[in-house]
This record gives sequence, structure tokens and C-alpha cells, in this order.
Amino acid sequence: MSCKICNRNNKELKTVDPDVSWKEITRGGTIPYAGNAELFKTGDWRSMKPVWLQEKCKQCLLCYPVCPDTSILVNEEGKRVDFDYDHCKGCGICAKVCPFKAIDFVEEVK
Amino acid sequence: MAYNLKEVAKKPERFTGGHRMCAGCGAPVIVRQILRALKPEDHAVIGAATGCLEVSTFLYPYTSWKDSFIHNAFENAGATIAGAEAAYVALKKKGKLEGETKFIAFGGDGGTYDIGIQSLSGAMERGHDMVYVCYDNGAYMNTGIQRSSATPKYADTTTSPAGKKIPGKQQWRKDLTEIMANHHLPYVAQTAAIGNMKDLYEKAEKAIYTKGPAFLNVLAPCPRGWRYNTPDLMEINKLAVETCFWPLYEVIDGKYIINYKPKNKLPVKEFLKPQGRFKHLFKAGNEYMIEEIQAEVDKRWETLLKLAGEA
Amino acid sequence: MAIRERMSGNEAIAFAMKQINPDVVAAFPITPSTEVPQYFSTFVADGVVDTEFVAVESEHSAMSACIGAEAAGGRAMTATSANGLALMWETLYIAAACRLPIVLACVNRTMSGPLNIHNDHSDAMGARDSGWIQLYSENNQEAYDNLLMAHRIGEHPDVLLPVMVCQDGFITSHAIENIELVEDDKVKAFVGEYKPDYYLLNRDNPIAVGPLDNFTHCFEHKRQQAEAMRNAKRVILEVSEEFAKLTGRKYGLFEEYKTDDAEVAVVVLNSTAGTAKYVVDHLRAQGKKVGLIKPRVYRPFPVDEIAQALSRFKAIAVMDKADSFNAAGGPLFTDVTSALFAKGVFGPKVINYIYGLGGRDVKADDIELVFNELLNIANTGKVNSVYNYLGVRE
Repeated sequence: MSCKICNRNNKELKTVDPDVSWKEITRGGTIPYAGNAELFKTGDWRSMKPVWLQEKCKQCLLCYPVCPDTSILVNEEGKRVDFDYDHCKGCGICAKVCPFKAIDFVEEVK
Repeated sequence: MAYNLKEVAKKPERFTGGHRMCAGCGAPVIVRQILRALKPEDHAVIGAATGCLEVSTFLYPYTSWKDSFIHNAFENAGATIAGAEAAYVALKKKGKLEGETKFIAFGGDGGTYDIGIQSLSGAMERGHDMVYVCYDNGAYMNTGIQRSSATPKYADTTTSPAGKKIPGKQQWRKDLTEIMANHHLPYVAQTAAIGNMKDLYEKAEKAIYTKGPAFLNVLAPCPRGWRYNTPDLMEINKLAVETCFWPLYEVIDGKYIINYKPKNKLPVKEFLKPQGRFKHLFKAGNEYMIEEIQAEVDKRWETLLKLAGEA
Repeated sequence: MAIRERMSGNEAIAFAMKQINPDVVAAFPITPSTEVPQYFSTFVADGVVDTEFVAVESEHSAMSACIGAEAAGGRAMTATSANGLALMWETLYIAAACRLPIVLACVNRTMSGPLNIHNDHSDAMGARDSGWIQLYSENNQEAYDNLLMAHRIGEHPDVLLPVMVCQDGFITSHAIENIELVEDDKVKAFVGEYKPDYYLLNRDNPIAVGPLDNFTHCFEHKRQQAEAMRNAKRVILEVSEEFAKLTGRKYGLFEEYKTDDAEVAVVVLNSTAGTAKYVVDHLRAQGKKVGLIKPRVYRPFPVDEIAQALSRFKAIAVMDKADSFNAAGGPLFTDVTSALFAKGVFGPKVINYIYGLGGRDVKADDIELVFNELLNIANTGKVNSVYNYLGVRE
């Protein structure tokens, strides 16, 4: 699994087993897998959920930088894509910020 | 090159999701934008003081940082990154390294205004080519919202609670941006994440690419500690700026530049009202607190205007 | 072909640092180690080293900067004493846990309070659980030699731990004695280059150092760190052997002085061993069978070898230039007696003398008292008192 838009090193993300032995664990707590937090899903923190109303979206891009969880990504053409629901914590900042009401904020239904 | 939100949007993300910061935290928003100011071909060595940002973004075995990252202790982000920068200078001279590496240290107000001020001051004074970014959320949030010297007067924190006898923090906020300006650094700025992030991005870019030490003080609202409605992050940032509670300004080689003068300066109570930590200020009999805060905000704003030659 | 010189202990340390030519030196002055960064600054100012000298604003920042520099991929060194070492206390643990082979020259001085700039071992002893390798040096020659070996020990892939080289403040740091120096090119060849596998400045493989490490993984990291310290003993011996081939000067885990047929022995660190050797010779001339053991490697503590070496004696006095204030005995005494017990060596009677605190001079007469007491114990089998203070006005 790699970063959706930019994978500078083109590497497969790795992490460390919860059951790893002391002989196998990475030395000194150093992690040589930069950016591997992507493997950790925080989407289940949500109780509310943003929904992208594409037809209303003017691609003004005011939403993507306000996301604390890098869950609104922008593609090579400079257009936002759908939410990364693996990481979105449902804070609602993007919905508030959208000037075109193109982001709905609804209850998360599991 | 003028700031263009859409152009900047195409730059690589250097900070991933999957960290454990609270939903709606102001700090990672700031970090993302600051890191975006790096040139894509440049490598960064990023340091963070112990605090919300650090513990949430590097919790073994996961790191949100795509660049190199080091956490050392609480009070030494300045010294640690200074050391890394010194090694870079040494190794570059020996021809052992290629390309440009930039050095950025992040610290909360706890690790910057208080316990970390010494190592910050030392690092800045010694002239290391680095940026220190303080994400100021106005209290020791990570340990449970205790007061810091950055906490606004009368704010309710767990070590300055709004009690029956003492109504919150009794001291005025320390002005760290001014302290750092008086280190006579090439670049010092106070900024916040507002609007399309132009102010924050441009200042981050200047800070990173000005040779020598640079300091950025960035307002970082904390929905948990400030007790405002979580989705309102950008609104809170805006109010802080429009009330002149958090002026946006730069000090470039000693010259003060105010980047934004609100046409209609809002009364500071507009900024205080949405926050639960100032709830007691709105009780009958406590009007004097808001008046005091307004007077202090006005006084500091006037001083800043004078420094910028605009008074 | 050695270079014969006359240098103080501090000058010798600084000279070794010059020859090592580290990438970064971050240091803050404190008596009696101050001369080390001072001498080194002159080297920097004169362009005879390539080092970036970081004149930090405190010792805490000194070690913090060393951690940043070493993690970045450079060799970092520093020097300090007493409260300076104490001020770095949390960062010492961090350096060891992050497995960064930083080298520190500790010019031993007593911890405050009260304030006192003279020698005892309370500073380095206070750091004995920090995870640092600790080497003790009797004189300028040993300090110089230990420092030259420090990087080879610390940077070894089976070790990767920081190393502290200790010597007595003022007594050897400021005393000019003869010394044999190794030529620059030989030092360079011996110490070699620092080639870390993971470092912050590696743009092809960025890393994250210093995590929040919860109970899921922290214990395994500590176990791994413990193993590194265990490996250090073997590596120290290997490096010392290589050093002996280079210089002819042999170093082990400890020095045994006239112990072969000794009935009693004293265990003592650093410069006092010099005085004690003189006393041993003096008593030997009188036909008394006395000897001395001078530990060089205190961390890791060579339990097997110390127990083995001490097992032959009838009575042993461990001399501590630091007190643990555990109401039982000093740190070296605690380590020695626990080694003996753990190894099932129950023969010798072991007593403790706390001496020289705050730089109180310890004279040959005092040490002679110790030996006489030991011989008394050897003859009668009776111990009067285990935990003693030597040289204090009663």
C-alpha cells in the first residue's frame, strides 16, 4: 500500500508486528518506514461523516488543507478526490469551510 | 511567485493520516501546510518536542512523517535540531551528502515558551540554519490542559481553574514572538491558518528558505482544551486574527511588517464567546475581565502598529 | 613509533578528539572539564579539525545536540563533569536507548551539594544505570587511550551504545605527565569512519527516531538494549587487543597489580589506584602479600571476571570515591559484592571504604591503614565494620 497521490520513494509501506521478538524489533525504536502511519486506520473514530457532493463542488480547494488527517487528497491535475474514509475522523472542519455547501456532514451509520 | 492555492495543492503531502491527534486538532493542519512549503526536491529533518504533536504522530511503530523525524525530549527540540544541522554542515563539507536538507523543529507552547525556551533561545542565537515552529494552543494540552505562559489571562485550565476565589489564570500571556524578534534573527513571524492558508504558507516558505535561524509562532486552536465546537477551527482562527488577539506580522531583519490590519477590528469578546474556557467571563459581574482583556489586546496592537511605523 | 609528549589529562583528551576529528562537538564549560572544549575550540578556530563546534547554552543542550548530530549521521562528542553530567541525565538515557554511539569525556567531579569543584566519582556513578558504557582511567595515558578506543567500541554493530571515558578531575585532568601519543594517520586508520546504517540525513531512506513506545514494544527494546551492553564486554576486549597491537599498551577489563600471591587486595578506580600501587610496593617490600585490582570497565560490569579474580583473596577492601547513601556501602562495593555472591564466591571477606569525597586528599598512609585492616581480617577472620569512611575527621 502506498501514498495515494505521492509516493516519493515508491516503497511498499511496512510496519512492525505487535508480536515481534526483541531480536527482531527495530533497533532503538527507530522506524525506517517513513510515513507508515498511513497503515493505521483512524476512520473508526468517526461518529459523523463528511460526504462529497461532487455536483456542487467547484474544486475551489479550500477544503483539502484544513483536514487534520490528510483525508482530502488532491490528484496530479490539482483536483480534489473523494474522502479517505480510512483516516477521516469526522471533525467536520471541511464541511464548515466549503463555500458551496458541497460537503454534507451526516451521522456515521455503521 | 504569488501564492496559488491550486498550484500549492499539487505539491507532495509530507504528513500522512493515521496519526492519533484529536479529531479537528489545529496542529496537524498547520504542520501539513508548513511542510508543503518545502521544495519537493528538498529533504527535511524534522524535530518535535514531546507534546501532542509528537506523541500522536510517532507512536511506535507508526510515523506520520515522510521526511526524517527525531523526537528527543520535551525541552530540547531546538538543541536537537541544531545538532542535526551542525552534523549536516560538517558532512556536507566532507562531500558526504547530496542535495539540500532543511531543518524544522516543532514545539507546543509548553515545549517552547516554558520548558524549552532555553534551548530555543540558544539554537536561534547560535545562528543555525533552521526553523523553529511553535504551535501555540495556549496550555500544556498533552498532559491535560495545564496552564502555560502562553495561556491567555482568565482562561480556565486544570492548573488555573476558574474557581470560586480565583477565576482562571491571573497572568497575561508572554509575548514569545517579540522575545524571538529581539534575538535579532533574519526572520520572525506570527501566523495562523486562515482562509486559503496564504499567510501560513508564505511565511513558512520564507522561514525555511531564509538562511539562518527563523521562528514562526502559529496559533493552534485545540477543540478539547478551548472547548469550542470542533468543526469551527477556521472560524476560531479567523476571529483570533480579526480581533487582533493574534496579529499576523513579520519581523524581517528587524523591520516590522503587519500583514493584516482588519478593516473592522472585532471586539475581543467575539473570539472569547465561542470558547468554553472563557465561559465564566460572560457571567454577570465578570465584565471587568473582558474589559481588561480588550484593553490589553488594544495596547499590544497599538504597540505593534508603532513598531511597524503605522501608528 | 610513538610520539613522546607531556600533557595534562584534559589536554590529552582534547588531543585525542583532534585526532578523531568528529563531525560535531557540542559542549558547555564546567570545571574541571572546561579545558577540553577550550582546547578544542582553538583547534576549530585554527582550522586543524573539520568539526562543527556548537557552543551550546547548557549541558542538557550539549547532549541534546549530540543526539541530534549522531542520529543525523555524524560523529558527536562532548565533555563534562558533575552537575553538567547531571543536567544531561534524561538525555543520557535517551542517547543509550536510541542506540547512538556518542562519546563523552567525563572529568570526574563531585556532585553538588554542597558546591565543590573537586574530584570524586559521584557524577559518573549517578549515571551508572543510564545505559552508557563507562571506562575509567588512572592517568592521562589511559584517558587518551580509552578515548581512542571509544568509537570502535561504541560504533560496533553488536554494541551501538554511547561511551563515557572517565578520569579524575584536577588530579589527572590538570596534572602534566608524560604520555605516548599515537600518530595522526594511525589514529585515523584505527578509529575509522562512522558508517551508520540508519541516519536522519539519508534522503533515500528517511527514518523516525525517538518514538512514543508503549508497553506493546517498549520492553523488547529494552531487552535489546541490555543485549547490546552484554555484547560490549567482548567488543571492548577485541578492540583493546587491536589497540595493543597498534601501541603495545595492553588493556583488559581491569588491571591486576601484584595479585598473583596476594592474600588481600584493594579494589579502586582511577588515580587513587596510582597511590595505592605505591602502597602495595611499599608493603610488599615489608614482605606483606598485598595486591590491587583497578577496574577499567565499570559498565558493563564484568561480573564473571571480577568474581574470578577476587576469589583468591582472604579479604578485600572496595574503595569507593562516591557514596550511594544507601546506608550500606558505595556503588563499586555494591557491584563487587553482588558479583561475588551471584557467582557463588563466598570465601573472601569484603569491606568498603568511602574515601576522598569532595576532593579530600587520600594519602598513602590512609591506604596503608586499609591494607593493615585487611591483613588483620585475613588473620583473625573477623570483620569489625563493613561500611567505613576513610580520612574523615571523626
